[in-house]
Amino acid sequence: MNRLLILLITLLFANPALAASPAAQRELKDLFFGEALYHAYQGEWFDAIARLDTELTLFHALDEPELDSLYSHLGQAEFDVGDFELAYRMHQRAGRAITAVIEGDVEQTVRNRAIYRLARIYFQKGQPVNALQALDRLRGETPADLVDNLLFLRAEVLMADSRFNEAVPFLENLQGAKSLAGFAPYNLGIALIDDDREEEGRQWLDRAGQIEVRDSATAAIRDKANLVLGEMLLEEKNFEAAKLIFDRVRLSGPFSDRALLGSGWADAYRGRFDLALVPWSILAEGEITDPSVQEVMLAVPYAYGRLGLYSNAALMYGRALEVFSIEINKLDVSTQSILDGKFLAALVREELKQDANWVVTLRELPDAPETYYLLDMMASNDFQEYLKNYLDLKEIRRKLERWQDDLNAYAEIIAVRRAYYEPLLPEIDRAFQKLDARMRSCLQQRDRIVKRLQTMLLMPRPDALATAAERIIAAQLTRLEQTVAASGQKVDNAISARIKRLRGLLLWSLQTGYDQRLTEAYTDLQELNQKIDVLGRQYTAFVRSRQTAIQSYQGYDETIRLQQVRIEEALIKVQELMAEQGNRLEIMAVNELTLRRERLEELRVKARFAMADSYDRASRVQEKRGVKP
Amino acid sequence: MSRIQKSIIITLAALLIGHIALAEEASREQIKGLDEQVQEIKGDVLSIATELKLLEEKLLYPSNTQVTIFVSLADGEKFRLDSLDLTLDNKAVAHHLYTFKELEALRKGGVQRLYTGNISTGEHPLVVSFYGKTDSGSDIEKTGSFTVNKNIGPGIVEIILAEQMISFSDK
Repeated sequence: MNRLLILLITLLFANPALAASPAAQRELKDLFFGEALYHAYQGEWFDAIARLDTELTLFHALDEPELDSLYSHLGQAEFDVGDFELAYRMHQRAGRAITAVIEGDVEQTVRNRAIYRLARIYFQKGQPVNALQALDRLRGETPADLVDNLLFLRAEVLMADSRFNEAVPFLENLQGAKSLAGFAPYNLGIALIDDDREEEGRQWLDRAGQIEVRDSATAAIRDKANLVLGEMLLEEKNFEAAKLIFDRVRLSGPFSDRALLGSGWADAYRGRFDLALVPWSILAEGEITDPSVQEVMLAVPYAYGRLGLYSNAALMYGRALEVFSIEINKLDVSTQSILDGKFLAALVREELKQDANWVVTLRELPDAPETYYLLDMMASNDFQEYLKNYLDLKEIRRKLERWQDDLNAYAEIIAVRRAYYEPLLPEIDRAFQKLDARMRSCLQQRDRIVKRLQTMLLMPRPDALATAAERIIAAQLTRLEQTVAASGQKVDNAISARIKRLRGLLLWSLQTGYDQRLTEAYTDLQELNQKIDVLGRQYTAFVRSRQTAIQSYQGYDETIRLQQVRIEEALIKVQELMAEQGNRLEIMAVNELTLRRERLEELRVKARFAMADSYDRASRVQEKRGVKP
Repeated sequence: MSRIQKSIIITLAALLIGHIALAEEASREQIKGLDEQVQEIKGDVLSIATELKLLEEKLLYPSNTQVTIFVSLADGEKFRLDSLDLTLDNKAVAHHLYTFKELEALRKGGVQRLYTGNISTGEHPLVVSFYGKTDSGSDIEKTGSFTVNKNIGPGIVEIILAEQMISFSDK
């Protein structure tokens, strides 16, 4: 029995808290990744996963992802998302994500960290063979902060696979690891005992029971080592040694009650009932809902009886009887309270979330009698898993309900936008079409000018750069020349000479000013281009604004409808799971209370018989002394 | 050993065994099945969250007007950040009081998304003020004035706080 007890205790508790926490980051280049870390560092796993998932989704949709700032963190981000999922108790997805990292193109240290996480998942899920296979994939450099933890995990996995002999060398190598002080010697002790090297194992448990206490975790493992060792010694009737070991356990720790009980029995078995009364009396002052305290309520009068103080014993048995009856009534009330749904209501109290020691606090809540007897059960792994799932589901339900409201608000925003933009758009479009036609015409003109100027660079045409006045003069001169030619009369020489002179003057002006005019034409073209550029930007801005306006209300209906359906379905599923999970929590609590009630009933029967026996003995003693009862 | 003593010892032993047996009471398979269903629904809800996040950005903060302001602490900063105020375009847009957990997250290198909103392209005045305490307990009060240059794409502004100064960068 002791073996089983030891193994169970080992596997349940003997590892230091190794909470998931993102590894130290190198220089942060992606703010959105940093945002996911911000949530993760606060233990807001849902938000951390959601943010990082979104970023990774967007990243993988990019045409050139290597240009994105997340690229340099990709391996870490994909590893972290698995890590966050693990912390959010999504082991299946975490396993897949971490496996993908291991098989991906990442640095060896990142891969080794991922392997460690994956092995832990398998270990926690009771799959030691898979855990070992994962650990066997470790290659190259191991992150410095993981070296000891990896060895410890390997030892734990081997122990879980009943390969105690193989676990021993790993644990021996960890005896200098400060972060595992207490845990390494304790587990080494257990591994050796289970490997039939009991003497050596006890020596390590003895060492673990004397380690220097640095924090509450080392204090607890030290107490546990002493408790286990003490119970082993008690079982083999080495009462004196057992007593010494039990007395090492702190009175304020989680194992104090069982140690006090054991310490008393170590004395009682040696016939030192007076000594046994010392620890038992201390224990009797403890919390009455504690099984050890209830047991000691029979042990103390038993010791008094053995000391010949039958009257005291009888009175104490009577007191125990009374207390057991009160407690049985309390258990009945608690059971009814649980069946009325008050237990779940107490578990989800907001104020408890702020208290790290909330399980103990629960017992102290004045208006939550249903929790008084459930401390041990609530500290169990199964209960904690159920409860965490229940609380997660409750939080998910809250989110889904909020998102339903959000989607309704989005639909309203879209309706308002549609009502505003749709009547405006036809008029805007008409105005825009006019503007568009004018702009096209301008562009065509500009293109013609450009073409003409380019031609002139090859074949100069001064007439093409004539001003409007010059063109009019040229036309008038042509007309005069035609008139003179058509009249057939002899025209005054002076007039003919004058027309020729004017023609010559015009040609002179065009020919000599050609270069200057061409330069000016190019300057004007540049100015025109600048104005067209401004116009083009305005045109683009208008097109974009129009597109934005339309996109602000078009194309969302289907997405919103789809999400509403998904949320609705998820809400139904969450409600079902909450009911099931809550029901299991209640069943577990009721079973626990029923069990405790049955035990109290047994104790009450014992107390009743023992009380009667003590009264008989007291009467006989008094009769012997000649005292009338 | 008397009959009562024996019976007490048997009871105590039974209690001890019962205590261990309790942990195994619930069916492992049942736990596994329900746990897997809870994991599945978490996955579904996370996928909805991602879709909603994208929808929200597209609908409420279109990329051409979107601006997001992130806050982080400079490396190794030990001062206690109590609160932060942001004024954009002369309007107070964010005021945040920091909890212990948030401050720790910033110290570890996390980046807080403090504000997401819409602004037009062009220049926008931004004023950042923070209050806190130094390691030695003296008050810190710092204000920095900057200009956000908003281009066509989503605007991203990073504010880095240090005991001595406020740094700003935008893109």
